[in-house]
Order: sequence, then structure tokens, then C-alpha cells
Amino acid sequence: MDEIDRRIINSLQEGFPICDAPYQQVAIQLGLTEQALIDRLQVLLADGTLTRFGPLYHAELMGGALTLAAVKAPPERFVEVTGIINAFPEVAHNYARNHALNMWFVIATETPGQIRQTITAIEKQTGLPVINMPKINEYFVGLKLEA
Amino acid sequence: MVALDEIDLAIMRATQAGLPLTPQPYQNIAGQLGLTAEVVMTRMAAMQEKGVIRRIGAVPNHYKLGYRFNGMTVWNVPDEVIDELGQKVGQLEFVSHCYHRPRHLPEWPYNLFAMVHGKSQTDVDKQIQQIADLLGDFNLGSDVLYSTKILKKTGFRSRGYNINPPSYSYSAI
Repeated sequence: MDEIDRRIINSLQEGFPICDAPYQQVAIQLGLTEQALIDRLQVLLADGTLTRFGPLYHAELMGGALTLAAVKAPPERFVEVTGIINAFPEVAHNYARNHALNMWFVIATETPGQIRQTITAIEKQTGLPVINMPKINEYFVGLKLEA
Repeated sequence: MVALDEIDLAIMRATQAGLPLTPQPYQNIAGQLGLTAEVVMTRMAAMQEKGVIRRIGAVPNHYKLGYRFNGMTVWNVPDEVIDELGQKVGQLEFVSHCYHRPRHLPEWPYNLFAMVHGKSQTDVDKQIQQIADLLGDFNLGSDVLYSTKILKKTGFRSRGYNINPPSYSYSAI
């Protein structure tokens, strides 16, 4: 990653135009050719520097439901519990965290009612109580990480 | 929930993996769907206006940019002032997500969640101090949880689609 890549990453976190030739428009602002910008984006995506490039959709506004949930997995059962929870297609993200509540996961379902069903199923299969922490209010989502 | 029709959903399905890396990406999407570029651009601009598209742009891998310290900071603040405080915390430039979530007493007294990101523990410690200073006397207790391992990371499913899937799955924390 060089200085040009950094400028591309910083600029494209701010947004991307909706117009006939958007790469050309951004390339001009960055002092690059359109093809150079496209080539570099390809590399940044292929090597994993960027995880996504494109529109980011708001799952809940599309009718879906999300919640953050956590369990206390006994250390000797950690791998087993991870397997059970990850096997649910409704579990989108799962992180081990350094706390008594040591497993934190995001459940995403097509309808709000399915959140409760998924939690009940996870509790039944793991034998562990699931702490459900659905958002009550969203104050901010987004971030610009300076490359 | 925002009303979306079949055209919006078709555009969403065509772009869920990302925008084409071609000189005229909207034209390409239109071609795939049998629409005009004008319709695709108008619909996408409208979805962005309504917030269905949060933004169009690049999502970097935190770790690849050197942001290895990603903390979930959690705070216990009085419910009467949480909205005002949450807005302020969410405006700090290093906070990526800021939410009000329910407490689960006695084991979980925290109701304000803010994700912070830094390149060193010192950076993150300073960020946490900045949030603590902002909350002042309303900070009734706090904790910071660091991810020690990513156990799973996929997109969100909705209406049969996988929303915002990472195009690259990383196994490092």
C-alpha cells in the first residue's frame, strides 16, 4: 500500500458519486487516470485491504431485524458452543471477547419475530442463557479510518 | 421499514457483492437488469436519500490499515440523559458505532455501547478517556471488551438476500 492507495482509501470512505462515469470523476479529483483507479481498487479488494466496495444497505430499513446477543461459554465448552452458534445461518458475526460474557454475536433475520425463535433455539441447543441486547436507539454508524 | 419495489430489490441483489469495477458501473448494472442507467441511478440516489443505502463507498479491513485495537466500550449512564450523551459520543471521530441497548441486571449494567478503533493500546486508552471526560458525572461505570478472535463474519440476510457480505473473509482478529 503506497501513498496513492492511501488517498484512494481515504477518499472512497467518504462516498462515491452516482453518475455516468463515477470512477473518472473520482480519478480526476485524485490526479489519476480512470484505469489506474480501477486497477488499484481491484488489487486493494483482492489483497483484502478493502473488504467491500459498493453500496452499504441498511438491513433494518429493508425489513430485516438485527440484534446483539452474548453468552457465557464455559472454557471447556468454548469450541463446542462456537460450533453450535456458528451453524445458525441467522448468526452473521460472532466474536470471542475478553469478558465473563465471552461470546458476542449478531443475529440477523428476515423478520423481527424470527429473532426470538433463533435465541430460543440457541438456548435449547447450547443449554446456555442468551443475553439479548437489541438496539433501543442508534446514535451513529459509520467511520472513516485514516489509511 | 421503507417501501421498496421489485426494481429496487433487483438493484440491491445486483450490487450486494459490490459495484462493478468498470468505467460505467451503473450502466453495467442496468444492462444486467434490462433497465436504463438513468433508472438505476435515480433509484440508487433515492435509496440513499431514504437511508436504505447508508452510503456508497469503500469499507477497509481495520487490521490491514493497522487498526489492531478494536474495543467495544460499554457505559452505564442514566436513561434520562442517554440520548443526549449518545449523540455526543457518536460524534467523536474514532467511534464507529454508538447505540443504546438494554441493561441486564445484575450482570450487565451497561446501556451505552461505543466501538472504538486505534493503532495502539495507548491510542485506545486515550479515546476511552475522552469518552469518560465527555460523560463526566453521568458515567456510573464502564468496561471495555476487546475481540480476541473472529469466530464468524458473514453478511446479513434479508428478503432472501445476503446484505453487505464481506468480499474477503479474514481469519485474523
